[in-house]
Amino acid sequence: MAEIVTLADAIAAAVRDGDTVAMEGFTHLIPHAAGHEVIRQGRRDLTLVRMTPDIIYDQLIGAGCARKLVFSWAGNPGVGSLHRFRDAVERSWPQPLELEEHSHAGMANRFAAGASGLPFAVLRGYRGTSLLANTTGVADIVCPFTGETLTAVSALRPDVAVIHAQVADTRGNIQYWGITGVQKEAVLASARSVVTVEEIVDSLEPRPGAVVLPSWTVDYVAHVPGGAHPSYALGYSTRDNDFYLGWDEISRDRDRFSAWLDEHVYGARPQVAAGAGIKGGAEC
Amino acid sequence: MLTYTADEMMTVAAARSLLNGMTCFVGIGRPSEAANLARRTHAPDLVLIYESGTIGAKPGQVPLSIGDGILAETADSVVSVPEIFNYWLQPGRIDVGFLGAAQLDKFGNINTTVIGSSYAEPRVRLPGAGGAPEIAAACKEVVVIVRQSRRTFAERVDFVTSVGFGDGAGSRQRLGLTGGGPKLVITDLGTLRPDPETGELVLAGVYPGVSVPLVQEKTGWDLAVSPDLVEIPAPAETELTALRELLSPTPSAARQLAVPDGAGPAARRPVGEGVLS
Repeated sequence: MAEIVTLADAIAAAVRDGDTVAMEGFTHLIPHAAGHEVIRQGRRDLTLVRMTPDIIYDQLIGAGCARKLVFSWAGNPGVGSLHRFRDAVERSWPQPLELEEHSHAGMANRFAAGASGLPFAVLRGYRGTSLLANTTGVADIVCPFTGETLTAVSALRPDVAVIHAQVADTRGNIQYWGITGVQKEAVLASARSVVTVEEIVDSLEPRPGAVVLPSWTVDYVAHVPGGAHPSYALGYSTRDNDFYLGWDEISRDRDRFSAWLDEHVYGARPQVAAGAGIKGGAEC
Repeated sequence: MLTYTADEMMTVAAARSLLNGMTCFVGIGRPSEAANLARRTHAPDLVLIYESGTIGAKPGQVPLSIGDGILAETADSVVSVPEIFNYWLQPGRIDVGFLGAAQLDKFGNINTTVIGSSYAEPRVRLPGAGGAPEIAAACKEVVVIVRQSRRTFAERVDFVTSVGFGDGAGSRQRLGLTGGGPKLVITDLGTLRPDPETGELVLAGVYPGVSVPLVQEKTGWDLAVSPDLVEIPAPAETELTALRELLSPTPSAARQLAVPDGAGPAARRPVGEGVLS
């Protein structure tokens, strides 16, 4: 059964130095507040896993939390580069970052294999690309029925999954909807999980198309309204596109980034303000 | 007299390549803009599919990201990310994949990963693959939209993120890629199509006021010219009006026009030959 705790307690209990951590959410429901708590608690040597390591991982990488990144698209969606990510890869600042790079289809299937308790998943993918020579966890496999050569990708089994959802009930059952991404697979593939939520209610309202993660599949639930900002939670908030645009400027410069981190992450109380200080980035 | 930029001409040409009723797997940035323009003009029943799992999205304005809420709220169906790739893209259900590029070579291979000869020590680190490798592999056809320069249009890409025609004719079959590969490349100067025999991209169309030598000058390989070269009509007033309306509600959306950033200045630039009219 999930325990309902503070965000600080959830991260302290679930995320340890050296862990492989998957913070998921495909543009929607990105667990920014939880990422900030990981930075505040000073976690180090993490292997960060995420299909789209956007601003949240730019911040964790720039803050020196990450040793390795497992990913398929590292950019600021609709805006351009992730400058902290690029600084780490191109100039090893603040430290070198090892990369394990895939395609979205590959990563999605790796999470699905992990959730399924299988060592690998099969897809048609990667054929003819330079990714094959530059990554791990991808191999040819021959179909035992047709003889067709397909691609196998190794399962992802993170130590911890961290996601944000719209609602939990008081027993810790989780419900989220809209763009549901790969969060279910990430939680079921991981040994431990933390879920931050917009709202805790007495009982979940049945909602067609929503994903429900029963309480017994989750370890820690924390009530963090606005915890996805500058991403969004459908029905609760809209995507703060101005923050994504503003991040391009803040993140270009090491000093400006560090000052932003000091003010808005280290200087912030837990559960407050993922997006303060940027026009349109109201406190969440 | 209608005045328009090369970027507007490019987006309009890209929109025209999409036919009503098609299913289209849309990349973010200019592909999304062109696909939404097509839906607003000649192709109201174009089915827009985004890798965020939104099928049949009908946004009223161009979304900044592939996961904006408006996509889910207006979609016929929203599915998980594993499902969109496994059930919808992989079996070849999608008519056209619409992609951007940071670098493109003469066989239509796309690089969005690194610039420079070393993967481990790249000169420029780009965002990476995203959904593109499997979109390029599995869609019945692929349309690429990218601004043209010698640096961007290379003899061979530094890194093959997504396969076009590989090393040339027969490569896709040898690799077992099920989709048809690039059918059309749309730039800010004109359009390129693959030679059916060799798979090499040749110049198929130029915009009004653009000369063939200029396009060749801005191509990093010896660009052949199709015997059927056409001049592509300038944007009609209806197209320009629809495009500007599509963009006007979100001035910030202008920022998304850049192809995956990192290869150089992302700022919009004026047309190479001055304003066309």
